[in-house]
Amino acid sequence: MVETKFKVDKIRKDFPILNREVNGKPLVYLDNAATSQTPQQVIDVIVDYYQNYNANIHRGVHSLSQEATDAYEAARIKIQKHYNIANTYEVILTSGTTHSINLVANGFTSFVKEGDEILVSAMEHHSNIVPWQMLCERTGAILKVIPMNQNGELVMEAFHELLSDKTKMVFCNHVSNALGTINPIEEIIEASHKVGAAVLVDGAQAAPHIKADMQDLDVDFYTVSAHKICGPTGVGMLYGKEEWLNKLPPYQGGGEMIAEVTFEKTTYADLPHKFEAGTPNICGGIAFGAALDYMNSIGFGAIAQYEEELLKYATEQLLAIDGLKIYGTAKNKTSVISFNVERIHPYDIGSILDKLGIAVRTGHHCAQPIMDFYQIPGTVRASFSFYNTKEEVDVLVEGVKRARNMLL
Amino acid sequence: MTIEKIQEEIVDEFSMFDDWMQRYEYMIELGKSLPLIDEQYKTDDNIIKGCQSKVWVHAELDNDKLVFTADSDAIITKGIIAILIRAFSNQKPQAIIDANTGFIDEIGLKEHLSPTRANGLVSMVKQLKLYAIAYQTQLN
Repeated sequence: MVETKFKVDKIRKDFPILNREVNGKPLVYLDNAATSQTPQQVIDVIVDYYQNYNANIHRGVHSLSQEATDAYEAARIKIQKHYNIANTYEVILTSGTTHSINLVANGFTSFVKEGDEILVSAMEHHSNIVPWQMLCERTGAILKVIPMNQNGELVMEAFHELLSDKTKMVFCNHVSNALGTINPIEEIIEASHKVGAAVLVDGAQAAPHIKADMQDLDVDFYTVSAHKICGPTGVGMLYGKEEWLNKLPPYQGGGEMIAEVTFEKTTYADLPHKFEAGTPNICGGIAFGAALDYMNSIGFGAIAQYEEELLKYATEQLLAIDGLKIYGTAKNKTSVISFNVERIHPYDIGSILDKLGIAVRTGHHCAQPIMDFYQIPGTVRASFSFYNTKEEVDVLVEGVKRARNMLL
Repeated sequence: MTIEKIQEEIVDEFSMFDDWMQRYEYMIELGKSLPLIDEQYKTDDNIIKGCQSKVWVHAELDNDKLVFTADSDAIITKGIIAILIRAFSNQKPQAIIDANTGFIDEIGLKEHLSPTRANGLVSMVKQLKLYAIAYQTQLN
């Protein structure tokens, strides 16, 4: 039994989508690691923006533009405070984690030369692998992989051995999307800095579970996507230390990122606008701020405690099913359960669960190297949020049992 | 039996089931009875592109008729290819080329599959027809 004072019934009322049916059954939404649902409080902010002050920002002289600019910049401050970032201008608003990583990887071309080394953890998703592979192709740098063990934990001894004065950059996710593992980023950041390497932490999967403190972590870059944390899609954050952001060249040209343009030469705007070319996702940025307000009104401590109880309960119930194996059994993990049942293909289980109204993710979760590591085609991934319930776990368990009986 | 007649049979069979769970169960049964591809033909060349799960299809002429065998690592996908093979196997290549595939819509297969699987289904039909075109060219 989940014993908690967490008022999940009250919280669920904030999410209108949770009342709908799928395939004639009440929706059980367990694909939160892919995208979280949006509470009414955030939806209202989006509607209010388009109904009342939709305008382009920063350069408009009219009142609507000023209102939109104020709201957008207020959201930046909310993000700054949420992540305890020293300066507002170290918050770059991007389209999301993939954009943020590409921005840094592209900029690092100037700082990496042939023979330099870049370390990547074995449990990255493609967005935190491919941009760095492209960087290596451009520069002749070498990509080295920090291995993981069967539990889905990084082998830290191997990491320390891989580090050297050739290491220019280390990148790692805070939480693995496919396994739920919380990585020891504090140790990674500290050790990397000792050899002079910069560190980028992909915080996309950590965002809904962990309130990361940028100054405390002393990380060089950190990325977040708003849609993982009750916000809209198409907007996210790149945190960068001021010294790095000043050194990195602009990623895209045009719009707000210029100071002065002539056909002879262009000078660039100051931070953060240097990296914010074109019209941004204004409404998205404002709603991102509202999503953080919403999450903070519930409290990350309470969320973490409740999700831990849910994870424990779900793990116990699922492991009671014959032949079910969980991939990713790290001691320190978030509420993600990646599993397979005997020799059944994950797509088959996912298809049956869908007919029962249960939304889970199946496949390689854009993290094929992890699946190669376990030598499996993919997994079924149930990822829980603070608005999920023990009863929904029960529906999932019954659904997996039914699928197993049908498919074996 | 003609392709049209077999397709009518399949449509009739699926219309007997009240809901999609029963249809899935039937598809799974069909998957288990699929004429399996010889292991030597389970090569990358024989994998149908567009399917998230793996599907291998092999075709060979038996006199003037084309015989399909297949396999998949996912049983529901196996059921889907089993339905298609039942409709198109042991037929002359030209008949396969000319065949209408409207029965897929009639049994509601596409709309009840996830978009990725529906794309896979389209790829499977296309591949069977491509085999037929290739063998028809040989026969000509």
